[in-house]
Amino acid sequence: MGKRTNLFLLLGGGLTALMVGLALLGTFWTPYSPTAMGAGEKFAPPSLAHLLGTDNFGRDVFSRVLQGMGASLLIAACVVAIGCLAGTLVGCLCGYFGGPADYLLTRLCDAVTAFPSVLLALVIVSLAGRGTAQIVVALGILFIPSFARLVRGETARHRQANYIQSARLMGVSHGRILTAHILPNLWGVLGPGVVIGFNNAVLSEASMSFLGLGVQPPFPSLGSMLSDSQTYLQRAPWYALSAGMAIALLILGFSLLAEGLQRRRRA
Amino acid sequence: MKKRILALFLAVGVLSGLLGGCQEATPTDPIPSDTNGTSTQAPQKPAEIAVGIAQDLDDSLDPYHMTAAGTREVMFNVFEGLVKPDSRGNLVPAVAESYAISPDGLTYTFPLREGVTFHNGKECTFEDVLYSFQTCAADSVNSTVVAALSNVADISEGEGGVVITLTAPDPDFLSMAASVYIIPKDGTDQAAHPVGTGPFRFVSRSIQENVILERFDGYYGAKPALERVTYRIFEDGNALFTALNSGALDLVAHLTVDQVESLTNGYQVLEGTMNLVQAMYLNHAEAPFDSELVRQALCYAVDVDAMLALTADGHGTKVGSSMYPAFGKYFDPALADRYPHDVEKAKSLLAEAGYPDGFSFTLTVPSNYDPHVDTATVLVEQLKEVGVDAKLELVEWNTWLEDVYAGRNFQATLVGFDASTLTASAMLARWVTDNGKNMINYANPDYDSAYAAAQDPSHTEEEQTAYYKECLDILSRTAANVYLQDLADFVAVAPNLKGYEFYPLYVMDMSLLFFE
Amino acid sequence: MKSLLKKCAALIITLFLVSALAFLAFSLIPADPATSLLGSEATPEAKAALRAELGLDRPLLVRYWEWLTGFLRGDLGNSYLYRMGVGEMLAGKLTVTALLTAESFLFTLLLALPLGILAGSVKNPWLDAACTVLDQAAMSVPPFFLGILACYVLGYGLRLFVPGAYVSPEEDLWGCLGYLVFPALSIAIPRAAMAVKLLRSSILTELGRDYVRTARSRGASERDILLRQVLRNAILPVITFLAVSLAEIMTMSILIEQVFSIPGVGRLLLSSISNRDYPVVLAIVTLLSAWIVAVNFLADLLTRLADPRVRLG
Repeated sequence: MGKRTNLFLLLGGGLTALMVGLALLGTFWTPYSPTAMGAGEKFAPPSLAHLLGTDNFGRDVFSRVLQGMGASLLIAACVVAIGCLAGTLVGCLCGYFGGPADYLLTRLCDAVTAFPSVLLALVIVSLAGRGTAQIVVALGILFIPSFARLVRGETARHRQANYIQSARLMGVSHGRILTAHILPNLWGVLGPGVVIGFNNAVLSEASMSFLGLGVQPPFPSLGSMLSDSQTYLQRAPWYALSAGMAIALLILGFSLLAEGLQRRRRA
Repeated sequence: MKKRILALFLAVGVLSGLLGGCQEATPTDPIPSDTNGTSTQAPQKPAEIAVGIAQDLDDSLDPYHMTAAGTREVMFNVFEGLVKPDSRGNLVPAVAESYAISPDGLTYTFPLREGVTFHNGKECTFEDVLYSFQTCAADSVNSTVVAALSNVADISEGEGGVVITLTAPDPDFLSMAASVYIIPKDGTDQAAHPVGTGPFRFVSRSIQENVILERFDGYYGAKPALERVTYRIFEDGNALFTALNSGALDLVAHLTVDQVESLTNGYQVLEGTMNLVQAMYLNHAEAPFDSELVRQALCYAVDVDAMLALTADGHGTKVGSSMYPAFGKYFDPALADRYPHDVEKAKSLLAEAGYPDGFSFTLTVPSNYDPHVDTATVLVEQLKEVGVDAKLELVEWNTWLEDVYAGRNFQATLVGFDASTLTASAMLARWVTDNGKNMINYANPDYDSAYAAAQDPSHTEEEQTAYYKECLDILSRTAANVYLQDLADFVAVAPNLKGYEFYPLYVMDMSLLFFE
Repeated sequence: MKSLLKKCAALIITLFLVSALAFLAFSLIPADPATSLLGSEATPEAKAALRAELGLDRPLLVRYWEWLTGFLRGDLGNSYLYRMGVGEMLAGKLTVTALLTAESFLFTLLLALPLGILAGSVKNPWLDAACTVLDQAAMSVPPFFLGILACYVLGYGLRLFVPGAYVSPEEDLWGCLGYLVFPALSIAIPRAAMAVKLLRSSILTELGRDYVRTARSRGASERDILLRQVLRNAILPVITFLAVSLAEIMTMSILIEQVFSIPGVGRLLLSSISNRDYPVVLAIVTLLSAWIVAVNFLADLLTRLADPRVRLG
């Protein structure tokens, strides 16, 4: 079993490290400017000069993919951070105190989960305009319920535990119990949750950008590149493939990593 | 997302014979004089076609309530006015047999054609025409048409048809009359089941799926060769292209050059123009665009040829002012060369205006029409060269209408303006200082007086034309906007489908098409 | 029974919250339906008249109350744009989306069960690892990218179908189902991969239990143990997952409808939002949410049936 655990952690970690490394590289350096255009070089197929070819404006697809991955990861990080922090807060309080407030908040979480994500994103975008910050907020809100549910269950389980009950009897305050005893115990579920969250956040960002709601042109985003490339599928298949594969590899890295982490936890 | 073709300010209208030249489909084919033969000649292919359109007919189908250009494009085949435009931009008699205008320009006589029947089988009479004019004047959502009709003093029966008397002469009245579609007075539900006199009758529509028209056998004119036209709706441009390329559609208009070059199915490709003025419209009420030097600097900074090469492989016609080439009488191609691409000149003008290090501004663009977004993307890149940082902001069409167009709350925007009636005033009236549609807050006394002179009925036609040309020159000289182009309009047609003709209007005439 | 009632109450409250949120959202969005209906050339008076006609000039709460009472009576209101009953409009679109969802679900089942059992019975650790990595890879491809690939490879390359040549089910039910095969597969493959993963680990857990050892010692064949005994227990969590999938599939179909240009609920939702056709949006949002909530409820119920120890609420 140990051997396989290593395999998933290794594969997932390696792939994630590679993609994150490339994305980091992309934020500081790209072979070409991701927005530089060249009329003479439209739809150039992959070559040594342009590793992944060029797009309909003659822009270097490799440079755009690099920067697009950076944007995707940054958005995913912010989204997961919002979802995780707010979700943990809501989940902890609900799980620990219970009562009608818990009931209502849980229903609200259900409602947000049931609310079509596209609609929420559209509402926020219509209110505050299109852009990176707006999409972060929209997706962040959507990610709160899953973390809240996770944390709520775990907190409720711990609340019943003997050591918490005795701490309570010894007169330890609620705040102290939450921060000193319950929070540290949440890492076990939050760890894989965060990795899976990344996985979902990358996918959601790509979906939103695919619908034109995410990162705005001329800045590259994997989802919007994929959407743009559809028209040129036959003329420049490398354009769609590069963007699509980048999304798939990012997600694969995270999901292998999550699998590895879960197996290690079980083992 | 959804791509709705928007030709701003829907071409309701029609030309009044003012147009000098109009483009035609490049491979032109003679229109069959006798179309009865065509449908029997080709038994292997039924005379019906599928046309791909990029937007649903999601507004009312009532002829006076239609707002979307895309809806008018389809319903042009169903409705007719007393007169209607042809592909060369002339007004030809339709429901009226002919027309005559009195020397004082106040009385218009339209004898009605014999045997014109509505799609519901009823014959068209004076009562129907009267009803149509009254309903249109009271109901139309187009304020320009309503304003023109408010000038009508009397509509009476006589001379074998209709006699319309105006209170004041209006050189554009005939084109306005063409946009008053004639409908039966007892027609019930035009919004859902439109009834007109056109060569095709409306059969059905299925929301976001299709609209079906069938040949109207009671049509007074030449019978169309096609028996049935199904407009299939693809609100996603990529899906539309995919369906076209796979052969599921026989005809698609308003394609981009990139799409056309990606076509691999051997369809004929015809090229025309979209008949609009695409420009980066600058809000003169907002710094730094209140400065003429800054506006001129932007004109020098933008390389229109390079932009055309990038977005359309060089297709499209450069315009240098608020007029597009279909207006041959006024259009001056020389204006497009006033500001050749010159980065150094742009920088020195910026320095002179007090922006040696450039500045930044927001360029608001409606997201629903890709060619505008593509052009804007290229301009943002070009402006970087002179140190101007343009931030692209895509907004929904409805938001654009409220904030930018009506609210004038913007710095710069990139859209295309077309003419609501194909008259010079339709393009030029809006830049008069106190005009309600003067979105960019242009204020130039010289322009105002030149425009007023052009509108003065005491001037001869030549003098009017000269004044209109002066207006255009003033717009160009003062760099009112960064004028770009009239977009190329590509149409892909199945190999054996012939007869497509471009109109100087946003319409597709299905009655001219036939299978070979 | 009491907990079931409580669950139902929670369900209703959730739906109520969703519709209230949706209603609130529309009052916040700038640009009103009158502008979108009348276009750029309309006079302010005409717009005001239309707003009054549509009842948009009345207070938000009054409108919400009217909508809610209408909804409860089964009256979904009228579309601003098409001027027809929303219920009538939605009927056709719902059929299409329901067909797509059903077909996707069917494919998910057909792919997940045999492959999951196969993956669960692989003994070689290297083969198992390879299967798992492959499975993870299938999970990671976004459905809309799969859809694009399908159009490119199967549509243009192999000419297995004509992208965009959609036929409506009223015209030709089988033709429609045929067209939906590839969209449905695009949705089903990543979903099925997740189910395979779950089924595999669930089978492995069951195989380690005492009753399996007992059965083995009694000399039952591996095949019999797997198919007769293990599967019955192992499949329970998978069924719950599949039930939840029904909700996810519906959401995914919004994107897939876009790629394959299928005129379903998803496309109507997107266009109605940008056209500010609120009665249509409200109806779709509420119905979609009802579907999601109901399916989750079903999943809960199944979980409880599967494992009576799980407390609900």
